[in-house]
Amino acid sequence: MNAGIITVSYIAASALFIMALGGLAHQESARRGNFYGMLGMGLALLVTIIGLVTQNQVFLIGGIVAGGAIGWYLAKKVEMTQMPELVAILHSLVGMAAVFVGWANALDHGATMTPVEQAIHATETYLGILIGAMTFSGSVCAYLKLSAKISGKPLQLPGRHLFNAGLGLLAIWFCFEYVAAAPEGGFVALALMTLIALVFGVHMVVAIGGADMPVVVSMLNSYSGWAAAAMGFMLGNDLLIVVGALVGSSGAILSYIMCRAMNRKFLNVILGGFGSKSSGNKSTGGAAGPAGSEADIKPIQAEEVADLLSHAKEVMILPGYGMAVAQAQHTVFEISKKLKEKGVNVRFGIHPVAGRMPGHMNVLLAEAKVPYDIVYEMDEINEDFPKVDVSIVIGANDIVNPAAQEVPDSPIAGMPVLEPWNGKTTIVLKRGMSTGYAGVDNPLFYKENTRMLFGDAKDSVDAVLKALSE
Amino acid sequence: MRIGVPKEIEEGEKRVALTPEVATQLQKLGFTLAIESQAGAAASFDDEQYRRAGVEIVEDPRDIWHNSDIILHVRPPIEHPELGFYGVELMKPGQTLISFLYPAMNPEKLQALAERGVTALAMDSVPRISRAQKMDALSSMANIAGYRAVVEAAQHFGRFFTGQITAAGKIPPAKVLVIGAGVAGLAAIGAAKSMGAIVRAFDTRPEVKEQVESMDAEFLMLDFPEEDGAGTGGYAKTMSPEFIKAEMDLFAAQAAEVDIIITTALIPGKPAPELITERMVANMKPGSVIVDLAAEAGGNCKLTEANKVVVKHGVTLIGYTNLPSRLAAQSSQLYATNLRHLLTDLCPEKNGEIVVNMEDEVIRGATVVKEGEITWPPPAPRLSVAPKADIGAKAKAQMAKAEPKPAHPLAFLVPLALAGLALFGLGSVAPPEFIGHLTVFVLSCFIGYMVIWGVSHSLHTPLMSVTNAISSIIVIGALIQISSDSPLVVILATLAVFITSINIVGGFAVTQRMLRMFRK
Repeated sequence: MNAGIITVSYIAASALFIMALGGLAHQESARRGNFYGMLGMGLALLVTIIGLVTQNQVFLIGGIVAGGAIGWYLAKKVEMTQMPELVAILHSLVGMAAVFVGWANALDHGATMTPVEQAIHATETYLGILIGAMTFSGSVCAYLKLSAKISGKPLQLPGRHLFNAGLGLLAIWFCFEYVAAAPEGGFVALALMTLIALVFGVHMVVAIGGADMPVVVSMLNSYSGWAAAAMGFMLGNDLLIVVGALVGSSGAILSYIMCRAMNRKFLNVILGGFGSKSSGNKSTGGAAGPAGSEADIKPIQAEEVADLLSHAKEVMILPGYGMAVAQAQHTVFEISKKLKEKGVNVRFGIHPVAGRMPGHMNVLLAEAKVPYDIVYEMDEINEDFPKVDVSIVIGANDIVNPAAQEVPDSPIAGMPVLEPWNGKTTIVLKRGMSTGYAGVDNPLFYKENTRMLFGDAKDSVDAVLKALSE
Repeated sequence: MRIGVPKEIEEGEKRVALTPEVATQLQKLGFTLAIESQAGAAASFDDEQYRRAGVEIVEDPRDIWHNSDIILHVRPPIEHPELGFYGVELMKPGQTLISFLYPAMNPEKLQALAERGVTALAMDSVPRISRAQKMDALSSMANIAGYRAVVEAAQHFGRFFTGQITAAGKIPPAKVLVIGAGVAGLAAIGAAKSMGAIVRAFDTRPEVKEQVESMDAEFLMLDFPEEDGAGTGGYAKTMSPEFIKAEMDLFAAQAAEVDIIITTALIPGKPAPELITERMVANMKPGSVIVDLAAEAGGNCKLTEANKVVVKHGVTLIGYTNLPSRLAAQSSQLYATNLRHLLTDLCPEKNGEIVVNMEDEVIRGATVVKEGEITWPPPAPRLSVAPKADIGAKAKAQMAKAEPKPAHPLAFLVPLALAGLALFGLGSVAPPEFIGHLTVFVLSCFIGYMVIWGVSHSLHTPLMSVTNAISSIIVIGALIQISSDSPLVVILATLAVFITSINIVGGFAVTQRMLRMFRK
């Protein structure tokens, strides 16, 4: 196959990938978008295998079949609540692949190059491996955090900024070492850098708190793209560059959207420590503190909730990560169906950072067969709250915290939040009076028109559904 | 602890202090329960319902008074008219009575309770602060009284409340004036409004204007310089003579126009203010109705007779004093729930033992006799009203301080210039092939930027899984290398092919699975 055909096929594949991302802009075209993506990937693989692979086809086919089977199995078996974990672990695979490809390239030096070309090429390889290794260890760490195999609390070593800076300087130093010695030598420097990048990836993710996981996941998404782009430079392959840049900027934009939804600076999130000890102490020392007296809390029974709901006209359901943990989404949908039959207008309100990855709640609700046209964004429904009779907050805390608007020195001040307190009644389903991930007490729980339904989210919604069915 | 509920013996009292529903919930707190046979009959709760809820039915009320640890009651205890005993005299130290007691009006009852060495909590003395709302029986009873007042008025009013245009002619809507927009007043406004009447309301406290208007009723303003009638605890205070004169003029004008007047004006510890004079009644249209919710305290209208319905000057005056009892099932349910909330607070361990914690502001306020000692009146309540305006101003000041300095209008040029310089430096040394790749890279970043902004929020998760699958394009790199002769390179490339394949198939498949779930 001549080079022209390969290039043309790569152009077609790039176009298909762009169309794939464009297709995801709307629900109607999303499935077509995914199809374009598959088509592009299939085309790129086919052309490369036919055009460029000259031997070792057995390994190739074996690798694809075995890997594909595992991927297929994972995709079929995964629970929708575990999506963040799956996405994180898949990111780690991209990072690992980048490390392998980078190392293979460093070891397999073919064509002769001018010194400048050689320096650029070595730098590209070095960067590719660096980003890849960081993505790999960071994603594995995020996976462990998301699946609660390690604590979700931010781990903050003393002098961690200094530590990071030291690692960065070392990485730059080894880069010079490697570029000077490449292509024949410098493997020690490369190996040490790989280790440093792995450590850095872990350290970066463990320092970030659970509430910032959506940012972390989308940031790792971005990194896996940049790793692919770096590989593209290294191999002189435009398809990799295009795709890497697409994925990299997509992840970066998602991170930006998530940060904006929390009113935080990206750098601030990466440097870690939301709701950590230091900021927590500062805030409780100031005006935050407990937001009300314990006795202002008005508990409510499931039967009373059912009663309130069936006599309401407008009901808003505001799910959070707690709903995902309790796997309560199916029952929540049953409740909304029951209410619909009674002529109640039920809508769902989703905060951009609800859950542990961007769009997490939407996927869970979709899994429970909630039609997407009754699921609204925060910005779409916030002004409707004064007309809402009953809002139900299920397993959410920080995203419905009025302190963000009322307490100027609260750690979450300025973060856009859902405003159920403007409605007639708010019912909060909660296990106990603990604070959210941000470690900030929530004045909503003490408001005049708030009722607390204590207990496990699943048990509570089951009880409400039962009372509604009677 | 055993909770006992005797039947109410006051004449005409139909309420009961325990409902089967509340009984079930109290058992969860660890209490055992007993109720006098037929205690709930007048409120439509029969013995069988209580028995099913796990309550012991006791025939003799004396047994309840003597042998229960906690006695729940609605009205202040009196001598039993048939059996001839006084419940309080059967009580012994260690017992607790929770009931309406009106300690200001019943000092002798307090004395009797103290002599028996018992503890008594008065439901009417629960402080009216926000955290005690769930046990505020006065409010729940007032709410019922307000509703019932409208029902009573409707019964004696000869016309529709709502206006209609029928084939037989046009019917004007009834006009209702509610005086005193407290809990009862607001409930009356709501009930009258939902029956279709035109509702007006008056109150000396201007801050209730908003509440009245939120219920879609008209708030009558006095043409009078500002005078705030708000006293402590949400009640009104007595107003100046000039104010009262202006107020009376307003009522006189309204009386001639409206069909129904519901008065709820009460000032604690004082006789009810006279708001509707005989002349105003005479000026009302024949067939009009006045419901005087203050009848027990002398009435807002002097012509009202307590507990009676009388017709004077062609106007029906309703002076029932115990309206909640006329809606016995409802008021029993609310009262019992108020009691349950109080018991929940009294029993923090949920072990069926109550602790009368005099440090707790609510419990302190409600407790009128503690182990034989009269503790009424309680020390003045700490008012929990913070200097709101001050906080607001401070917050604003802080916000203003936090406002960042506007950036220099040309500041955005700095990064641009730096990026330009860097590119220039790169361009001067790099080989043309690299520059070609860089072009592709930069343009792709912009395309990604443009395309991703359009993605709907709800699709962010599928977007991430699809970009993840796409980023596995890195497999191309492995494919290029797999044909190498170096075994190490082949192993690395094969591993890379293997793991990216997991990613490609897994990523696309899971995206497909997710997207299939989204439906309209």
